[in-house]
Amino acid sequence: MWVGQALARRARWRWAEIVFWLAAFAALFLPAGRHLILNEIAILALFALSLDLILGYAGIISLGHAAFLGLGAYAAGLLAKHVTDDPTVGLALATVAAASLGFATSFLVLRGSDLTRLMVTLGVAMLLGELANALPDLTGGADGLQGVTMGPLLGLFEFDLYGRVAYAYSLTTLFVLMLVARAVVYSPFGLSLMAIRRNRLRASALGVPVHKRLIAVYTLAAAFAGAAGALLAQTTAFVSLDFFEFHRSADVLLVLIIGGAGWLYGGILGAVLYEALQDALAAVTPEYWQFWIGLFLVAFVMLGRERLTGGMRGLLARFGR
Amino acid sequence: MATILFDGVAYGMLLFVLACGLAVTLGLMNFVNLAHGAFAMAGGYATVLLMDRGGVPFLACLPAAFLVAAVLGLVLERTLYRHMYRRSHLDQVLFSIGLVFMAVSGTTWAMGASQQTIKLPAWLTGRVDMLGMHVGIYRAFIVILCGLLAVGLQLGLTHTRFGSRLRAAVDDARVARGLGIPVGTVFAVTFAVGSGLAGLGGALGSEILGLDPNFPLRFMIYFLIVVAVGGTSGVVGPFIASLLLGIADVAGKYYIPAIGAFIVYLVMIAVLVLRPHGLFGRPR
Repeated sequence: MWVGQALARRARWRWAEIVFWLAAFAALFLPAGRHLILNEIAILALFALSLDLILGYAGIISLGHAAFLGLGAYAAGLLAKHVTDDPTVGLALATVAAASLGFATSFLVLRGSDLTRLMVTLGVAMLLGELANALPDLTGGADGLQGVTMGPLLGLFEFDLYGRVAYAYSLTTLFVLMLVARAVVYSPFGLSLMAIRRNRLRASALGVPVHKRLIAVYTLAAAFAGAAGALLAQTTAFVSLDFFEFHRSADVLLVLIIGGAGWLYGGILGAVLYEALQDALAAVTPEYWQFWIGLFLVAFVMLGRERLTGGMRGLLARFGR
Repeated sequence: MATILFDGVAYGMLLFVLACGLAVTLGLMNFVNLAHGAFAMAGGYATVLLMDRGGVPFLACLPAAFLVAAVLGLVLERTLYRHMYRRSHLDQVLFSIGLVFMAVSGTTWAMGASQQTIKLPAWLTGRVDMLGMHVGIYRAFIVILCGLLAVGLQLGLTHTRFGSRLRAAVDDARVARGLGIPVGTVFAVTFAVGSGLAGLGGALGSEILGLDPNFPLRFMIYFLIVVAVGGTSGVVGPFIASLLLGIADVAGKYYIPAIGAFIVYLVMIAVLVLRPHGLFGRPR
């Protein structure tokens, strides 16, 4: 009984959350020009949310989360090119495809130590990248998948040049999946994940089926990442081998870390901050912004990322109570 | 057949020299350093610069590459890395990814993005027929040099005072400190030697592996495989893992070019399914 009450209290909608979503949807009515970048932020936020499920809640460090992004993107792109140009069908297919891959690879991820997990996650992403490169007839190889055209969303809204429909589509997907993520992490299941992250041995001694829980959350996170990949492929009408690259996996780690891992809005906050950072850096040194990203990462960790994001989070929590 | 085996062994030996520093820092000290390849790249570029601009002969460049990478490693260890030993793995991952990004774009800025080549001296090029194999002289040179290094490392780790101090410091830093072992210094020297060996590997390998600013990213997975498959209890495991990886990679790319690049990953997955803690590992 007590657990149920505590969970219900945690799961309550806070004012700041409601205001945030209202503002995000209100941004749809901004004058044209900002929606392309907003769309990018929404997709990046979804990708980071998916990483948060395994890193922030279950404590699995992944160096290859881009595997699911890429698979989702190729699945959606290929479907649009060869079968149907309905975006929602593509989104569903990409989610299922990525979830299947997540389920299949979760058995490898469960094994061994942090070191083997780093190797396996990185290896799976590189394996898929090689695979996409080795099948140029299907994937377009190094040139990328071209000629992806999308039909109108729900048969009603054509994707426009300014990205307004794209942003609405991505934001709605992000919102729906955020509802799913909320339901998951504020459930006894979510609590057991956090127990596993804190102390796996003790969690299993308490009767938590550690392996089953990790397989479930890894599959779910993969599905979310696949959805992000589908959105990216559909709204930009392009997929390339770059989707599997290591820098994608590293970037999403960075996004989640600057927003703060282990709370649901970390990915969204991180995506906003990251885009702002990238914008600012690209204005100064377009060619070498990766250097500054690297320097930022080093400094961020050296200064103590928990102190930095914890402070920000505390501020937001006080603000939104 | 025998020639491919030999090339694979040479490739594997090279991987071992590149990764053995990581086998100690990541395997023994349990510190995740994804930036290990950056030290190898530093050694490679030091060689390129010395040979091209300084006219230094190749053989003299090898110790120089070792020194450059070792000094770089020592400086970074003393200033940055040592604060990271006690942090979580996630912090270590983020920190070292940051270093990799800086190394990659810093090198692009300084040296350009193109592939660098070194000109081997004439006596190291060409092939000879030996025991029915076509043996590349340079590869034979690598096998001999790296083989000697591997034996030296194993003896150094198991039969010297420094080796036992290192093992003691790794097993329990507090007790080791209590016994008067200068743990910080031992770690710093180990880190420097490991980085130096990576630098040497980078210098030796630029001919075979290619050298460009993306080097640390391209070989990150190989280093992780060597350490994870080899297990974390010494350098013998990583040595055998390197040979296995080298042979599998070369043979795969030769016999089945269409899927050759996958062989490495398939080996990795197969080993992991059969032995989750590596070929020679023990659960910790």
